[in-house]
Amino acid sequence: MIELKHIHKFYNAGSVNEMCLFEDFSLTIADGEFVSIVGSNGSGKTSLLNIICGSIEVDGGQILVGGEDITRKKDYLRHRNIGRVYQDPSKGTCANMTILENMALADNKGKPYNLGMSVKKNRIDYYKELLQPLNLGLEDKLYTKVGALSGGQRQAVALLMATMTPIEMLILDEHTAALDPKTAEIIMGLTGKIVKEKHLTTMMVTHNLRYAVEYGDRLLMMHQGNAVMDKAGAEKQALTVDDIMGVFNEISVECGN
Amino acid sequence: MTLLISVFEQGLIYAIMALGMYITYKILDFPDMTVDGSFPLGAALSAVLISNGVNPYLTLVISFGAGLIAGTITGFIHVKLKVRDILASIIMMTALYSVNLRIAGRANLPIYNFDNIYSNGFTNKIFVGALAPFENVIVIAAIVIVVKLVLDWYLKTKSGYLLKAVGDNESIVTSMGIDKGKVKILGLAIANGMVALSGSMFAQQQRFFDASMGVGTAVIGLASVIIGTALFGQISVFTFSISVILGSILYKGCVAAAIRLGLQSTDLKLVTAVLFLLILVISMRIEKHQGKKRITS
Repeated sequence: MIELKHIHKFYNAGSVNEMCLFEDFSLTIADGEFVSIVGSNGSGKTSLLNIICGSIEVDGGQILVGGEDITRKKDYLRHRNIGRVYQDPSKGTCANMTILENMALADNKGKPYNLGMSVKKNRIDYYKELLQPLNLGLEDKLYTKVGALSGGQRQAVALLMATMTPIEMLILDEHTAALDPKTAEIIMGLTGKIVKEKHLTTMMVTHNLRYAVEYGDRLLMMHQGNAVMDKAGAEKQALTVDDIMGVFNEISVECGN
Repeated sequence: MTLLISVFEQGLIYAIMALGMYITYKILDFPDMTVDGSFPLGAALSAVLISNGVNPYLTLVISFGAGLIAGTITGFIHVKLKVRDILASIIMMTALYSVNLRIAGRANLPIYNFDNIYSNGFTNKIFVGALAPFENVIVIAAIVIVVKLVLDWYLKTKSGYLLKAVGDNESIVTSMGIDKGKVKILGLAIANGMVALSGSMFAQQQRFFDASMGVGTAVIGLASVIIGTALFGQISVFTFSISVILGSILYKGCVAAAIRLGLQSTDLKLVTAVLFLLILVISMRIEKHQGKKRITS
């Protein structure tokens, strides 16, 4: 269970540009829940993920995971239980390393990075098995540098790398936004499959309202640091893109844009 | 002939330093000026230890260890104290200048009358007759080969992969649950260990330590790395380590040729710098043409 309790977060604190993002924001996410998060730019979606991952510090409040207070825990320690895929496909992979080298690197997550050989020959077949269902032909490109792949191919590799070792949480930050519609479909389908198979607690920020409706068992709409819409269970299943769009427009009108 | 042998001797010695700089410059993307201090650090330590009767081969190990520490401190200044990379290394380089003088006790310490790794009771018995003039270069080449093989092996280990990853994409290292700062410190430590080892070999080849020995080390190292990767890196049979080693020898050859063509030995650093500039500009041109090709190869 992920619990955010009374989170406060300011940007540029103490200056004329001070901006309050979260003021007494609280949120609880149950184990195994798949939460889709939508909202306009600057509404706090990505900051929310960054706060959970430890990429940015909070100015007040508590973050608990499974009852453990991780508010002051270093980001890299938190990532031991987190798989994360970024909007930018280049952030989840190493461009100058081959697909095989990238997967070997990720395969060792959770274990010590010692003087053992990184690429183990007997794991290569396993990597190919993971890559094959994508139908991107990547299983034949194990020795190609990831930097030479297309954005969609890189993102597929990044998603596999983020989820190939035992993790508890999957954090997806607009991970289909930089992809063409067809590739986005493939990546989103793969995401749904992995989350279901591994029962991962998942938070997915997306601008694609259809994905937000189709995937996940809870939907949050963020606005000015608050969850203005929070639907789960049957209510979430009944939601349509039009419903969300309606709320979206209401908010936008209030803001005058 | 003697000139050619001397080019190979020095080129190979500097190759170890250049391989160290390959780690910082190419893998970690860290402009490390520490080398101007850690190269003479190895030289000073070796000169003092040898003149006190310590086994010359042992001084190689001790110098490597001292370089490890120097690199660790640079890494600490950068990672923990959050000082910009190049500044952290310049601070360390400056501090090491005095440290080296302290270690040596004076600005110039000759060790002409002592055994060294090239010339001692053991090697003098093996390399006799026609082999005698090649004594140094054979010993140096043997050490270079060992260092190359160990480095190649290390970069294939899990720890080595982290090193490659942190220079490529820091956030992936965090994603793996590893402190990226520690990986950077490790890389700087290994690199400067190699540089100090190279400094130890250089002092023993020159048979003295001089406080100004380290001036321009970074430039020589970078020039070797850039010339090596730009010229030989394109040829697929050459691994990066062979490319850098060849680059180092070629660079030494160019400098020696320039001196031979009428310049004085006091012009050495000027030649070093101008050649580096030339190589830098030319290699940028080459990369512009082949930039796309490299990533797919």
